[in-house]
Amino acid sequence: MSEQLNFEVPTMAEMIAKGEEPEILFWVGCAGSYDERAQKTTRDICKILHHVGMKYAVLGTEESCTGDPAKRAGNEFLFQMQAMTNIEVLNAYNIKKIVTGCPHCFNTIKNEYPGLGGSYEVIHHTQLIQQLIDEGKLKAEGGESFKGKKITYHDPCYLGRGNGIYEAPRKALEVLDAQLVEMKRCKSNGLCCGAGGAQMFKEPEKGNKDINIERIEEALETQPNIIAAGCPFCMTMMSDGVKLKDQDKNVQVLDIAEITARANGL
Amino acid sequence: MVAQIIFIVITLAAIALFSYNIKKVIRNIQLGKSADRLDQPQKRFMTMLKVAFGQTKMFFRPIPAFLHLIVYAGFVIINIEVLEILIDGIFGSHRIFSGLGFIYDFLIGSFEILALGVWAGCAVFLIRRNILKLKRFSGVEMTKWPRSDANYILISEILLMTAFLLMNAADAKLQVLGSQHYTNAGAFPVSQYLQNLLPNSEAALVAIERGCWWFHIIGILLFLNYLPYSKHFHILFAFPNTYFSNLEPKGEFTNMKSVTNEVKAMLDPSFIPEEAEPGRFGAKDVNDLTWVNLMNAYTCTECGRCTSVCPANITGKLLSPRKIMMDTRDRMEEVGKNIDKTGNGFDDGKSLIDTYISREEIWACTSCNACTQACPINIDPLAIITELRRYAVMEESQSPASINAMLGNIENNGAPWKYSPADRLNWAKES
Repeated sequence: MSEQLNFEVPTMAEMIAKGEEPEILFWVGCAGSYDERAQKTTRDICKILHHVGMKYAVLGTEESCTGDPAKRAGNEFLFQMQAMTNIEVLNAYNIKKIVTGCPHCFNTIKNEYPGLGGSYEVIHHTQLIQQLIDEGKLKAEGGESFKGKKITYHDPCYLGRGNGIYEAPRKALEVLDAQLVEMKRCKSNGLCCGAGGAQMFKEPEKGNKDINIERIEEALETQPNIIAAGCPFCMTMMSDGVKLKDQDKNVQVLDIAEITARANGL
Repeated sequence: MVAQIIFIVITLAAIALFSYNIKKVIRNIQLGKSADRLDQPQKRFMTMLKVAFGQTKMFFRPIPAFLHLIVYAGFVIINIEVLEILIDGIFGSHRIFSGLGFIYDFLIGSFEILALGVWAGCAVFLIRRNILKLKRFSGVEMTKWPRSDANYILISEILLMTAFLLMNAADAKLQVLGSQHYTNAGAFPVSQYLQNLLPNSEAALVAIERGCWWFHIIGILLFLNYLPYSKHFHILFAFPNTYFSNLEPKGEFTNMKSVTNEVKAMLDPSFIPEEAEPGRFGAKDVNDLTWVNLMNAYTCTECGRCTSVCPANITGKLLSPRKIMMDTRDRMEEVGKNIDKTGNGFDDGKSLIDTYISREEIWACTSCNACTQACPINIDPLAIITELRRYAVMEESQSPASINAMLGNIENNGAPWKYSPADRLNWAKES
């Protein structure tokens, strides 16, 4: 199970040059592009797409921040500048369907781009995984067994409450034959990891605890082997929390794409 | 006859005072900017039926939901009795609906059972607030007035229900005595047990019955006029508030049209802007918010479900979504009073941001939507926080240094971190 990709990741520019059109555009996102930990998830999403033989492409260097953190921080100018520039690129490539590796990109492109001239069918990678499982194109075989392992899933706010997607990530985990345990606060009542609303990029305000510690304590109460995430920011917050609690030897924090890739030996 | 005239005068005065205050409330709400919430009337109506009338969001917490349902049902249904009181009061009749026979007995009987339920429900609510001291009912914003307000409401309801039951008990006893005017009507499953507490003399019973009747109706009229000053306004505002609530996905923030105009003009010089409302970017004060935000503030009943699920508040930060709503209402009322005194355009040197809501509060928000999810009547504190942030960032360029750095990175290299756009695809090449 090497981390290296043994295939080329096609870019939109290359595809168009060859006169081809992808079935789906994979919107990687800034975290997925630059954050070392999130890059692993990005590669695993590509491995899954490659494995099922789906025709996909990425924008590569033509991709830019969706503007989500700017918008949540209150800078609507910067958000709309980013949005309109991205929409121009997406529309020029005649993109119809997008899968994102990040709930924040997902929410922004799906909900906030249409009003600015960018309407696409947008799904999050956990939804894609669930669809592939439902269609029988993806199973959990040929790789690591998760049988009997205790997995607790942390709902990202912008996927769960933000867009009402609670079931797809759980279905993606159900095929593993693992033991899914819910935290006390889950689904619509899930507790934020502490990174949303541009908090990822600043120090928290004065308080008596960090939000990710509050959340990780709750996650650890379920005595999991794995904490499943679906968002690169949650990944950072939860991984930091596990380390701070000295539990990183016992508990892994993995994205659902990583778990799926591992289960299929990708 | 004199009694009828007094009754009519009191009732008309109460209604006039209430209308006067409601007009002010509506004027205050109209201080807000426009917001398009007239689309999808059918979906809006269903939302109102489900959330306000059906109280579906209350049931995330079953115990208070059950108690609240009884008090709410009591409030709504016992109002049929108030209709009878109004007619009797105006025409000097007694139990005008008693001609309905067994239906009337059934109605009065159900009112009594509900009244007992309301009584018990309010008693439990008082215990939860004052003896058990539930955490949800405390916090920096829960100063003396909001706490007293809650207690006044509960005590008033207990007194009203007590008067209602005592009135029936005296009435039933007078019916048995064959007293004039007291026709045999009604069923008294609860108040029958109060009869033994009452005196046996006809005159005393009439005094109690009349006294409770007047207390009940005057109490209700006073209560009505207390609403505009109280958190209890939600009994009226819950309905329009849910009707006009946000139907879009919670994750979606509004796109500011005024900004779209400027950005489009920047990208394309030939662009002719659509009309947008003038004003500043974001909100410095209540009149920069929308009327929906302001209606939200009047609707808030300060239950604290939002604050109790807020990740920032849970971890000891200053932010409390309930406080955001209470501050907005307080400031709106203050602005309203300024207008009453000195007319439009008066600047008292205060503003919603800084005077009421601090920067520390607005920057502690993770925009996780736990507060909007928790609100049983679809109030949106996050929308107000966002507008305040927009003002701080776009009008004042005042945001935490690290936020500024992040914004600078997006502007310069298209990512919130300082990485070169040329390196964006490196993940596909390295391991």
